[in-house]
Amino acid sequence: MTAAWAASPSELLMQAATKAAGRRRSPVRRRLTLIAGLVLLGIAILAVVLAPVLVSQSPTTIDAVHPLAPPLTSGHLLGTDQYGRDILARILYGGRIDLAIAFGATSVTLVGGTFIGLVAGYLGGRVDNILMRLVDLFFAFPFLVLIIAIVAMLGPSIFNMFIAIWITSWVSYARIMRAQTVVAKKQQYVLAARALGYGPLRVMFRHILPNTASAVIIFSMVDAVGNIILAASLGFLGLGAQPPSPEWGAMISDGQNYILSSWWLATMPGLAVVFVGVAFSLIGDGLADLLRAGER
Amino acid sequence: MSRFGSLPRRLVHLVIVLFGITLVTFFLLRLIPGDPALAILGSSYTHTRAVAIDNFLGLNKPIWTQYGLFMGRLFHGNLGFSFFYNEPATTVIAQHIAPTLFLVVYSAVLAALISFPIGFAAGLHRGGVLDQSSRIFFTLSFAMPAFWLGIILILLFSVHVHAFPISGFGSGFIGHLYYLFLPALTIALGFSTVLVRSLRSATIATLQAEFVDTARMKGIRWARVLWRHVFRNAILSVVAVYGVNLAYLISGTVLVENVFSLPGLGTLLVNSVSDRDYPVVQGVTLLFAVIIVGINLITDIVQAALDPRVGQEIGA
Repeated sequence: MTAAWAASPSELLMQAATKAAGRRRSPVRRRLTLIAGLVLLGIAILAVVLAPVLVSQSPTTIDAVHPLAPPLTSGHLLGTDQYGRDILARILYGGRIDLAIAFGATSVTLVGGTFIGLVAGYLGGRVDNILMRLVDLFFAFPFLVLIIAIVAMLGPSIFNMFIAIWITSWVSYARIMRAQTVVAKKQQYVLAARALGYGPLRVMFRHILPNTASAVIIFSMVDAVGNIILAASLGFLGLGAQPPSPEWGAMISDGQNYILSSWWLATMPGLAVVFVGVAFSLIGDGLADLLRAGER
Repeated sequence: MSRFGSLPRRLVHLVIVLFGITLVTFFLLRLIPGDPALAILGSSYTHTRAVAIDNFLGLNKPIWTQYGLFMGRLFHGNLGFSFFYNEPATTVIAQHIAPTLFLVVYSAVLAALISFPIGFAAGLHRGGVLDQSSRIFFTLSFAMPAFWLGIILILLFSVHVHAFPISGFGSGFIGHLYYLFLPALTIALGFSTVLVRSLRSATIATLQAEFVDTARMKGIRWARVLWRHVFRNAILSVVAVYGVNLAYLISGTVLVENVFSLPGLGTLLVNSVSDRDYPVVQGVTLLFAVIIVGINLITDIVQAALDPRVGQEIGA
């Protein structure tokens, strides 16, 4: 396998991320990136959870007196949409959907893909061959197109979007974890563990996994950014969350119809996506710095 | 060993992947819950039509026979019948290829024009103003959904400054270039993130190579060393990134076509989903996968042509 064939977009991204993070930095500055990311993500989670406390309006309350009110109108900090629904309220409540997808989709594929990669790399042979050909196959499809096709067949809904992501996204983790495992398998500590007579399960999960997990964990942050964007993209295309639920991508799609007169409708929910995306990116960069420093 | 020595093995691999792609697209239709004939026909469901579809798809036969029928039709260029357009799916798809192809090539070229100078300059002047600001910009753009970036560009360049049209494909080559500028820029900006990052680190790595020192000691002008020795070598590693990430570019196309209402494959795909036009969905998915496989192959060939070491590594 050549570099070009073996390297997936995700891997290259991860390499780029870890390389960028590999610059020499002081320990404080190194942690600063991680802390900044965690703080931003914390703010986002708190805002979404405490939405009922933070805004008085519900995301579906119609204010017939103030449709398309611009930002900073009294009572509507970020303005209202064409039905007079408060945009801030919709962003906060809608964030529950988008954040749930970021965590729900990413964590399941992280665990599943890591497990498959670990088993394939450790066992090798036919199991490895079949699993990796399957991974190759998934990489042959443009990711978004495959997801859309699966959602198309299952029918557009948030739950089916989860299923589509679960079916397709584990492959990146499997590939990264397999590569790590193949290298680790030949190292002293693994040979020692096997010489002590430990079974494959114990060697895989107690010895190899703790020593190699950093790569997939760092990648999962890149993946979380991707999943947030993916959720918004499907919502935008009308294939994810269905109206009137206030998902960010669906809000952007709605707002595009009013782009000539009311710019805030489409702009504000997009800023929310960027906010959460940057938070995850910073956490990823920070983790890459920390974990790689630990490996040296 | 010839520099293309690994190509035969690569072609075998290619055939296996293509075979797998047909398997996946075939089984996509099986994901439809309930009766596929009912899902395909929708409100125009009648018993005779349902039986016709069952016969056409072979739904009353064993699954492997069905796959055989599917492959047989595929070899004859038959992707099924679009009940929404009342035409063969291949005809419908063929009508939508041009805008997508134009957009993909256009944004790939734009991305190169944007990212090559920036990435190279950022690598040459590490930590400089350009390096820092481009890093901030591209960190942000990495977290931006392509479709939203497109809408923001519309706001800036179509609504506030009336420089570019909001939607449409235009006519004639110049018309396409003009109408597709914002869509292509949207995709190119997202694509540039990865390109700038990899060219930057490749440039930094190449600057430290011994042949650069040798060239300088021979008294070659610095500008010439940068161009002939550093840039040319750094760009090699980007070719791989470029090819692999074209898959992302295609995902971007699907979204951006919908933002700018372009009559391309992406718009067709999404519309066909809501119209429950399954043969078209299946066909577009298949086509996109085949395009990706083709691009990967071209990338490998280009790489081998540019860098003799690549072919030999594969052969080993």
